[in-house]
Amino acid sequence: MSQGLVILGATSKIAQEVGRLAARENRELLLVARNEDRLEAVAGDLLARGAARVVAIAADLGDTSRHAELWAQVEAAMPELESVLLAYGSLGDQAAAEQSVDVALSELNTNFTSAASLLSYAAASLERQRRGVLAVITSVAGDRARRSNYVYGTAKGALSLYAQGLRARLFAAGVRVLTIKPGPVDTPMIAHMKKGALTASPQNVAGAIYREMESGKAEVMYVPFFWRYIMALIRAIPESVGKKLKF
Amino acid sequence: MQGKLDPSVGAPANVAPVAPSPARDGSYKSWGHYPLATHRKILHPAWMDEITPELLQRNAPLLAYGLGRSYGDSCLNDGGTLLDARPLDRILHFDAENGSIVCEAGVSLGEILLAAVPRGWFLPVTPGTKIVTLAGAIANDVHGKNHHVGGTIGCHVEQFELVRSDGQILTCSRQENKELFAATIGGLGLTGIILWAELKLKKIDSAEIEMDTVPFSTFEDFTRLSSDEEGARYEYTVGWVDCLSGRKTRGIFMRGNHATQGRLAAHPEKIKLNVPFNFPAFTLNKLSIWAFNNLYYLMGKRNEGHSRVHYDPFFYPLDKVDNWNRIYGQQGFTQYQCVVPESEVAAFQEILERIARGGQGSFLGVIKKFGNVPSPGLMSFPRPGLTLALDFPFRGEKTLKLFAELDEVVAAAKGALYPAKDPRMSSRMFRLSYPRLEEFQRWVDPALSSSFWRRVMEVSR
Repeated sequence: MSQGLVILGATSKIAQEVGRLAARENRELLLVARNEDRLEAVAGDLLARGAARVVAIAADLGDTSRHAELWAQVEAAMPELESVLLAYGSLGDQAAAEQSVDVALSELNTNFTSAASLLSYAAASLERQRRGVLAVITSVAGDRARRSNYVYGTAKGALSLYAQGLRARLFAAGVRVLTIKPGPVDTPMIAHMKKGALTASPQNVAGAIYREMESGKAEVMYVPFFWRYIMALIRAIPESVGKKLKF
Repeated sequence: MQGKLDPSVGAPANVAPVAPSPARDGSYKSWGHYPLATHRKILHPAWMDEITPELLQRNAPLLAYGLGRSYGDSCLNDGGTLLDARPLDRILHFDAENGSIVCEAGVSLGEILLAAVPRGWFLPVTPGTKIVTLAGAIANDVHGKNHHVGGTIGCHVEQFELVRSDGQILTCSRQENKELFAATIGGLGLTGIILWAELKLKKIDSAEIEMDTVPFSTFEDFTRLSSDEEGARYEYTVGWVDCLSGRKTRGIFMRGNHATQGRLAAHPEKIKLNVPFNFPAFTLNKLSIWAFNNLYYLMGKRNEGHSRVHYDPFFYPLDKVDNWNRIYGQQGFTQYQCVVPESEVAAFQEILERIARGGQGSFLGVIKKFGNVPSPGLMSFPRPGLTLALDFPFRGEKTLKLFAELDEVVAAAKGALYPAKDPRMSSRMFRLSYPRLEEFQRWVDPALSSSFWRRVMEVSR
């Protein structure tokens, strides 16, 4: 019987590190990402680091019209899913999204619509098998829309809500939905930005995520944990003040 | 600016920009913390396809930086750009049947061991730390305790891919682009940027080493212990000498072989101990070094005879302490490593006497007999003879003056110095050490340079 962990967006830095932790435990992995060469590099790495089996499927995750076909491939390659981790996203360019509605919609599609589509397929599979974990990487940015990145924040906020809805639905089937809200992580996604003291290492973030997926009980996790408190404060800022903030 | 896309969605890979970051002060140093450099820019490519000939052109003078274990300035590029190769840390392919491993440039030797040891394979050659990248090991053509039988790491490299600023991306091996293959092994990162390399591993039946510890009291004893008949019985041999004892040489000779049966357990991944900050300067003086050397000697003597140890403490005793270089404090430290023909062993006695006379202690003196396995590298440091490596706290002029004296002894003995350990060798010593330099220069990529290269070649870029 073939069962294991599915990673959507397997070439993202956090996903690679989660993959390595799973590989070290000789797990079976199914990886999906767009760039074939990069995907092959990650697949080779996880095999070399101990994964029992790695299936790699190259697909454009943003293309919702191909999701049905993609998910059929996933189910064929791995009939029993232990867990599914949705790990892709795009930080985007806020200024460009303000200039162009198309850019804004494309960002919303990448970070929310396409993710919701894939989560729907994954939810159906897990609901049918009546067990498993559905883990979704959203962002602390989704907790409150801010001047500097509200397009990204909106999409991630919507994704968090969607995951919340799925949690209520899948609970009855014994499937756990885990919403993961990382703060800034030192990955290629933010390589062009100045790193603050709160920037976490991808290894540490992946470690926390993998532990929570495997043996935790949380429904919503912040990584590192202190973002829960920071975001509680930021959410508590009244609109009349929030609208004047530049960050 | 175009939005940075996650690799799994969006723009095609070949247009993804490599994000530069402002050089974060102090994060790109050499192991000795001397000299320090200020870099104009640091590149952080996450994927091999981001390293293109254009990237090299645009960022000249450029140098790839790995784990920063080179002691001096061969891993620095003051005023220029560094390409941080460490994120290229994927093992692309591992063939557990025939022991060949293909890794991205920034994979560390420790990571190779984690993948290889449980499947019965080991590094064919390993330096005294596993916290170096594979590409860095190739660029310095590193050697280890088995040089007399295994040669340098370059002897076990099957092939690698090299990006050059003239637009070429070349696979180099003993058959294909063999001149560039030879120039890149020991080529100090100056012939192009290595994307990946294939290494042939060595079969083992146990992760443990059967070792002997033998005290010795003269260099003649050492040469006898590592003589060809004696040495050939042991795959790994190395000696430690006390550098404060002056006329009275004393040392510990260690030799070992892979155990023929036992568990194939790799080393622990986590480093437990750390030196969290630079030690203040007063903690290192003649007395403390004398005490350390005495302790080391007595511990070695106590372990005299036969024992069986895991490969981790045998090869990498200092890897147990993260940032151990900080015990040398803010001023940093350096190493003096030379090789001389075996007939010139008297030069070592002379070197130790000069050090003792100057009162500049050295923590660790490591002595090793190189064999005659030839490296494919044009600029390889190891050559038949004896090598001595000495750690020194850096004390400015005083240290430089002592080293200049030692240079004369080495030059008279027709010896050579090792760039990976060097923050100060003269252009003359470099040229004396590397007779094939002219041939090498033809292969240096004009977009690549280092602080070391500019110094020893006396050029501005």
